[in-house]
Order: sequence, then structure tokens, then C-alpha cells
Amino acid sequence: MLNAKPDLMPESAPSLRSHVSVSGHEMRPLAAGALYWEAKDTLLVADLHLEKGAAYAALGMLLPPYDTRTTLERLAKAIHAVDPSRVVALGDSFHRAESARHLDAGDLDFLLKLQRGREWYWICGNHDPHLPALIGGTVCATLTICGLTLRHEPSPAPSAREIAGHLHPVARIARRGAVIRRRCFATDGNRLVMPAFGAYAGGLNVLDEAFGPLFLRHRLEAWMMGRAQVYPVLGSLLLPD
Amino acid sequence: MRTSEKLKLAPAPSPGLPEPFAGWFKARGWRPHSHQLELLEHASAGRDALLIAPTGGGKTLAGFLPSLVDLAQRPAKRKPERAIHTLYVSPLKALAVDIARNLAAPVEEMDLPIRLETRTGDTPQARRARQRIAPPDILLTTPEQIALMLSHKGAAELFGSLKFVILDELHALATSKRGDLLALDLARLRAHAPGLAAIGLSATVARPYELAAFLVPHRGRATTRLAEIVTAAEGARADISILKSDAELPWAGHSARYALPEIYEAIKSHRMSLVFVNTRSQAEMLFHELWRYNDDNLPIALHHGSLDVAQRRKVEAAMVQGKLRAVICTSTLDLGIDWGDVDLVINVGAPKGASRLAQRIGRANHRLDEPSKALLVPANRFEVIECQAALEAAAEGAQDTPPMRPGALDVLAQHVLGTACAAPFDPDQLYREVTSAAPYQGLLREGFDQVVQFVATGGYALANYERYAKLKRTPEGHWRVAHPRVAQQYRLNVGTIVEAPMVRVRLARRKGGALKPSSVLAPGRLLGEVEEYFIEQLTPGDSFVFAGEVLRFEALRETDAIVTRAHATEPKVPAYEGGKFPLSTYLAERVRNLLAARGAWPRLPDQVSDWLRLQAEYSVVPSPEEVLIETFPRGSRHYLVCYPFEGRIAHQSLGMLLTRRLERAGASPLGFVANEYALAIWGLNDMGEMVRSGRLDLAQLFDEDMLGDDLDAWLAESSLMKRSFRVCAIISGLIERRHPGQEKTGRQMTVSSDLIYDVLRQHEPNHILLKAAFADAATGLIDVGRLGNFLKRINGRIRHIALRQVSPLAVPVMLEIGRESVPGEASEVLLRETVEELIAEALSGHAQRQT
Repeated sequence: MLNAKPDLMPESAPSLRSHVSVSGHEMRPLAAGALYWEAKDTLLVADLHLEKGAAYAALGMLLPPYDTRTTLERLAKAIHAVDPSRVVALGDSFHRAESARHLDAGDLDFLLKLQRGREWYWICGNHDPHLPALIGGTVCATLTICGLTLRHEPSPAPSAREIAGHLHPVARIARRGAVIRRRCFATDGNRLVMPAFGAYAGGLNVLDEAFGPLFLRHRLEAWMMGRAQVYPVLGSLLLPD
Repeated sequence: MRTSEKLKLAPAPSPGLPEPFAGWFKARGWRPHSHQLELLEHASAGRDALLIAPTGGGKTLAGFLPSLVDLAQRPAKRKPERAIHTLYVSPLKALAVDIARNLAAPVEEMDLPIRLETRTGDTPQARRARQRIAPPDILLTTPEQIALMLSHKGAAELFGSLKFVILDELHALATSKRGDLLALDLARLRAHAPGLAAIGLSATVARPYELAAFLVPHRGRATTRLAEIVTAAEGARADISILKSDAELPWAGHSARYALPEIYEAIKSHRMSLVFVNTRSQAEMLFHELWRYNDDNLPIALHHGSLDVAQRRKVEAAMVQGKLRAVICTSTLDLGIDWGDVDLVINVGAPKGASRLAQRIGRANHRLDEPSKALLVPANRFEVIECQAALEAAAEGAQDTPPMRPGALDVLAQHVLGTACAAPFDPDQLYREVTSAAPYQGLLREGFDQVVQFVATGGYALANYERYAKLKRTPEGHWRVAHPRVAQQYRLNVGTIVEAPMVRVRLARRKGGALKPSSVLAPGRLLGEVEEYFIEQLTPGDSFVFAGEVLRFEALRETDAIVTRAHATEPKVPAYEGGKFPLSTYLAERVRNLLAARGAWPRLPDQVSDWLRLQAEYSVVPSPEEVLIETFPRGSRHYLVCYPFEGRIAHQSLGMLLTRRLERAGASPLGFVANEYALAIWGLNDMGEMVRSGRLDLAQLFDEDMLGDDLDAWLAESSLMKRSFRVCAIISGLIERRHPGQEKTGRQMTVSSDLIYDVLRQHEPNHILLKAAFADAATGLIDVGRLGNFLKRINGRIRHIALRQVSPLAVPVMLEIGRESVPGEASEVLLRETVEELIAEALSGHAQRQT
């Protein structure tokens, strides 16, 4: 049976939760894959992997060179939606550190325009341990706001109070014979790992052992990205790849 | 070459054959068939020729005779030749090996100075390398291996004195991407050896001239030349009947369970039966059910493409030795291999095409002058009509092989790269060569240049990959590979067969005693492979039928699905679509005609003709030219059922597009379901009433313009389109194949083709690769080509009947509702549902605590 439209949606469906709590701070996950911290008027994104297409081209896979533009346009949309006074990119913003220098003039211009009128932080990641000044913003290793640490790689401490990227979490569920695999925000209430934002960024299942030590398993939630909404799904419903 | 074929030749003089062949034939008391001599004459004179012969016509020997005769007459030389004399190309590795074995006998018996070898994907690397340096006279191989050999620097020498290329089972190859690759290879071989003669061997087809055109070089679109066509005498007409059963004919479904006693009896009363079914799940199901019936313990085996190779070989060997009484199989046994003494072919389910049926029946009884015997077992009422139509088509010898289509651009991209790997090429010359191949005759220079650009730099409008180019121009304007690494990449990715990612199915061994939990299940015996997407939809604990057993899915470990034997007798078999064929257009037309011809109804079983009479009384039976649309209420829903008879795939696409349009028209459609013959859509509003009151115009609803914007919007998110794109991206070399051992890291290392599709579609919707993917999907996974023809055909011929309740004709498709699973397109709904269910659960939990 193919459903063209929800057949089973009750009129009085309880509305979805719109905020996730990270160590006591309320944040709003956006369907684009960014996290908006309203109290601090700060927008977080992770793993943009700009210029990944070009990096693959250098290896002989001539992927469409539009990934940087796609990612930046998506980012612009998220920024325009909430107009934050601060943007923090949680590392691996560029697929290779040297990519930042090769950025197409139009793309660079687009990026610098996005930064106008707000603070902009580049947290370093393993793909971009150093970044040139020409891309604007402030480059740093980690950033702590109100006791909450923003970093690229999650720290080894179990259930730390932090927001990180690096792992590209995706979640899988199966319903009525259909399988849905989406990027997601993964959290246990203390720590949150952001989904990758880049157009060509792949994903790793949140049940993979790499995530194991990071979360209290019984409190794990995956906020799966839909087309216009983010859907919180309990860890017990998730499937491995 | 088959012994059974040769035995039928009457003793007589053989004027056309030179020695030692004439003597060899005579010594065995055989006489060559006239088509064998005719083919010999054409090919020996260097003329390309096509032999069309039914199974059992001595086709393969005919194909090799010109080559053997020429080699036998070759003056003895001291030094061995450094070049291949004859290439034999087969679609199946196993067939090449089988033919080599059969060919060795006459070569030895006549003591001919001929070296023959096979070369397939299984041939060890060392031997393949040796074959390039010291090649055999006759090489038996596959299209992919030829492409590989052509990409090496020594290709000109290796193929420089090639005299014959024999293309076996050409009907099975020509209309596929492998056929495109083969056509391009043939053009390349001709560039090295302009005098070669191509010999095509084919079963009976609908349009022999298309295959004849495939064999000869053309000069672009100017004129179409044809190879000489040699047609062997038809064999005896097959003896086909439709199974008669006293049981009630099912209204829907594909299991044919009702006919098990009769199928079992038929097997019992024959020496060896081949039981063909259309899908692997049907094969599994039928095998499982037959064994429950098998009180006599008849040796009945199972054979399909997902089973482990070792297991398949075992079954094949047992067949040849005559140890089996029946084999349940899918199309894996469709092609020419000789599997022993089969005296009955049973086709379960509808045959889907007249030619497919003819080829399957050809599996029985390889003797030309004895009729093959076949039994058709329809699984439901509609299939009875389809079987009757197929039977009548077979009696007329009608064929419906798929028509040729323009050569695929992704295959051309692969070929262009391969050509550059061997030596720098001149684009003007290569364009002439490519358009000399029949599938690419119509290719414009502009299109060709786009493909070359794509190979060189990706062919993007935003040209920023010059420094990473795979091909570079030499000062004289030729194209060369930029780096030796490019050639290595090409060789790893050659070929047009892109397998869906597979998961190995392993039966678990229990590590500890029976008391240990299931987490210590260790992977054990390999049962076979299934597509990843099938396993993805299972949750641990689900039972399904595979390799003839009911299995319980336990866990997925890397690329192994760990299973245990389930004790359930009723498996939860989810739909496993592997290898389902659409109803052929030709057979669909015959079905429509049969349905409309009241005079023909008495030829159908009473249950079926009664059913049609009821339909005529209650609603109407549509005429062959029109499409019937019925609307009726049922429960709290309103239904619209139409009967295009265009196959499930085209119906599903139609359903996707119609629901979009009905949504806009305010009919509030809720869902749809399709089978091979009909499509049912349901919604909240009364569509019959909307038509009556003029709020819904059926002519507009079914207008061809739905293949414009509506199609476009659907394709943007269609998972089917993404699957097509992935295949094109791999064949064209944009992304690399996954090789064994790489699977685990596959997801992180390669960029997902779905992500590439989204980005490319958004920024360059006219990119050559998207065109290639659409061309594929249009004839394959979404079949909009057929949908377009349907919409054209019914323009102005829509017949609407508003009913108060479901009609007899609508019952089969209505029964499908709830059987089919929801595909990916509705995932947002499912996500929401998952969450809401949870919320409800959480709330009720909360309420309990409060009390």
C-alpha cells in the first residue's frame, strides 16, 4: 500500500516537542541540521565539509562541484530563519585545511556576507586543524558558553556536558516494512552530537560502537531530520545499520 | 553441440563440408543441417551473419564451423600465432565454460591444431596475463573481459588478425547495457581487424533485422545495413496446456498454492521437470510447500540466483546426472545451458511474455522433431487469462522480445575511458567508430563530445576541475589518460552489471550450550546472498523463507545476516521482489483482446468465464481500445479503479502521479495499490460524484501532461530514480564500485550517490548523467515510457462507470490492499507516526502512575 498522504493521522495529534535539553539548556534543533540556542542567540552547525567535492576530484572522482554552494545556501537559509547574533561551526568546516584557500571567489564572498553583523567562530576539526584568516571569523580549538563546551571531537568523558560534531550521526528506524535512515541530533540530555551539515557528508549509525561510550544508553534520543521538522525518536526504537 | 541434437541428423552425403569435417560427420552417421552450411558459406566469405534457430537446432556447432574450418586449413607454421583467431562471447560465464568443454571433443577427435581457452572473471590473474602474451586460437569469454583486453596497450596486436567473433545468445544480450558495451567492443575490434566477420546466434525473436543490424558496422545514421540472416527450420510445435484444478481459483496472490496437488502429480508422472517461477520468493515458497507435500520423498531441488554458488553447482551437477525429479528455478536457468534430460517444463504464475515462455519451454526436450511439453499454472484469475493469451501466442509462434533502444550514455563514457587507456584517441575517428555500432548510430556529435567532456572533467557547466582532468588533450588534439592511476581505476570498474549491495545469509552456530543467550550466536554456514534492502526491512525475530528453509533473522554483523532455523511453519515472508518481470506490451494487448472477445470466453475455465459474465452484467468489460474506470464507495472510503493492463511498475508510477493530481483536484486521495492489470486509488471524497458534477474531468486527469511537471516533482525525491542514478554513476565511472572487503568502510569512504543526485539535480538538471539515469528509469524502475504510450492510447477513450459497490473485476486489485508494504516515499508520515505512538505510550504511562 502506498500512501500518498497520511491516512492515519488523528486530528488531535499531540504536537511534537520542539526543544531538546542539553545539560539544562534548552535548544531548538532545526530541520536543516543546525541547532539554535535561543537564550544565547547562537546558531550551531557542525561538519560543513566545504570543498569535499574538489577533494574527491583530486583523487579521480569528479563529483559535481556544487556541494560547497549547496551547503552555504542551506546555511544561509538557517541563518536567515533565526538571524542569530552568533554562529559557531563545530569543526571540519572545510574538508581539507588547504581547501579554504581554494574557495571559489563567489563562494568566499557569499560566506563573508553571511558573517556580516554577527560573531562567527570556527572551531578546528581533524580535517581543518588550521584555517587561514581570509575566511573571516575567529578560529579556536574549543568554546565554552555558560559551562557548556562546544568542540569538534566528543571528549572521552562519559556523558560530558558538551556539544560536539565529528561523528556524523544518523538514525535508522523501520516502520511497516519501510526503513527510514536520516541524519540526526544524538543526545542523552547531557551531551549532544550534531548531525553533519555538509551536502556530501555521509553518516554513521548512532548505534555504532563509536557512540557507545558517549551516551547513557537508556537516555539516548535521536532527533531525526525530516523535510520541515525534526522528529525525536527514543533510543529503544533505533536499529543498527 | 549437444549430443541430443546431433543424434537427430540423418545419414547422408555432406557436399558443403571440407575434410576432415565431412569425414568426421560421416563417421558418426550425421549430416550437416542446411543452416549450418549456409552460415559456413557466408562467414567463410567474410560476410557478417545472423543465425536464428530454436533450441536444439545445432546452433553452437553452426557458429563455430567457419572458424574450425578456417583454422584446420591454416598452413602449418613453426611459431605459434601471437594473436587470437576467434572470439566467442557469451552472456554467462558458465555457458562459456560449458561450450569450451563441448567444443574440445570434435577438436580432439579430428586432431585439429587448435588451442582453445576460456577467460572469465574467475580466470586467475596469471593466466589472464599469459593469455595476452600467448593467446589461444579460440578464446571463449564475456563482454566485460573483451573490454578489459581492449584497454591494454597490446590490444592492436592481440586482435590484429581476428577473423571471427561469435556472439552467442545475442537476443539476451542485445537489448541491455551489456549489449551496448558489446556493440562498442565489436566496433573497436573492427578498428583493429577490419576484415573480421561477426556471427550472431539467437533464439527466435520478434524483429530479427534488429539483431542483424547489430552485427554490421554502419556509417552513422545514413543507411542501415543488415547481416545475412540464416533461419533454421522450426522445431516441432510445443505441447502446452494450462493446468486444470478442481480447487477454487484464487482471486489474487502469486503462490499457486491451490494447485500443489496437481503440480506434484505432474512431477511424479515425468522423469525430470523444470518448474519456473517469476521471483525468488515464489521459488522459495513453492519449494517449501512442495516438500510439505512430498510423501514419496522425490528428489526436488531449488535453484535461484541468490543461493550460494556451491549449492547451485551441486544442483546443476545432480540435474545433469539425472538424479533429480524436479528443480524449482527462476530465470537463472532461462539461458542456453544444457541441463540434462528435462521432459516437462512447468511455468508457475503468468509467463509475462510470449518469447520468455517460448525460451523456457525450449528447456524441455532438446530434440527438434519432438514437441516440448509444458504446463502453465496460473496463480490467480487474471493470470488464467494471461496464460490463455500466452498459449495462443505460442501456437502462432508469436514473439515479443523487447525492441532496441538507443545505446546508454553511461556505457559509452566507460568505453571512451577504456579506449584512452589503450592509446590516445582521435575524437573524430572515435566518433565515427562509435556511430558505426548499431545502438549508437543516432548519436549526435554534440552528445558524443559531451560524453568525452564528462569523462575528462565531469562535464559540469561550472568548469573548475581542469587541473584534476582524467583525460588531457595532446598537441595534435587527441585525448590521452592524464595519469596511469586512471587506467587502474578503469580496470577495477569495468562492466555494466551493478549488483545491488548484497548481504550474506549465514546460519548461526551456537557457541556455548543451549543456555547461552542469542548474543553469542556465531556466524556459521553460508546459505547465500540477498539484497541489502530486503534485510533492512526485517527486525530481529522476523521469519522468512530462504534456501528452502524457514529462517529467523537474528542480527546483522557487518555484511552477514545471522539467521537461525525457525520452528514456525508459517513464515512471515515479506515481499521479496528479486527478479519480477513486467507483463509484456504484446501480451497485455492479447489479454485485453481476449477479455473483450465474448466469443473467446468459453476457452477459459468456467470459474473465469462466469466471473467475466458477472462483470459484464454488473459493470462492463472494456473493449481493447478503451480504458475502464470504475468508482464506488466502500466503508468510509471512496475508490477509483482503472484497468490499464500495463504492468505493476507502470501502474505504480501512474498511481504516484494520479494521487498528486487528485490531491490538487480536491479528491483527498489517501493511498493506492497496483497489480499487473489494474490500479486502485482510495480517498475521502466521492470521485464518482465529482466526475458527475463536473468537478473532476477524467480526460484532464489522465492527460499526457502528467509526464511534465508532476513527473518532475515526483522524480526529485523518488528512491527509484536514485537507484537508477547510482547504477549510471558507477557504470560511467563517476563513483567507484564497492569491492569485496571494502563494504564495512563503504559508507564513510565514498560519497553516497543519493547526496550527489540531490546536489546535481539542484544545480545542473540537464547533466548528461541525469539524462542517462532518466532514460534507464523510464524503461525500467518507473517505466514511464510505457505509461506515456498508455496515456496516448486512451486519449479520448476513457469509459467511466459509477457503481454502488466493488465490481467483480476490481476484486483482485482490492485484495492487494494491505498486502503491499509502504515504500520509502511516505517516510515523513511514518516518522510522525513513530513519534506519535511514543507520545501516546508515554502519556498513558504517565496516567497510570498518577492513579
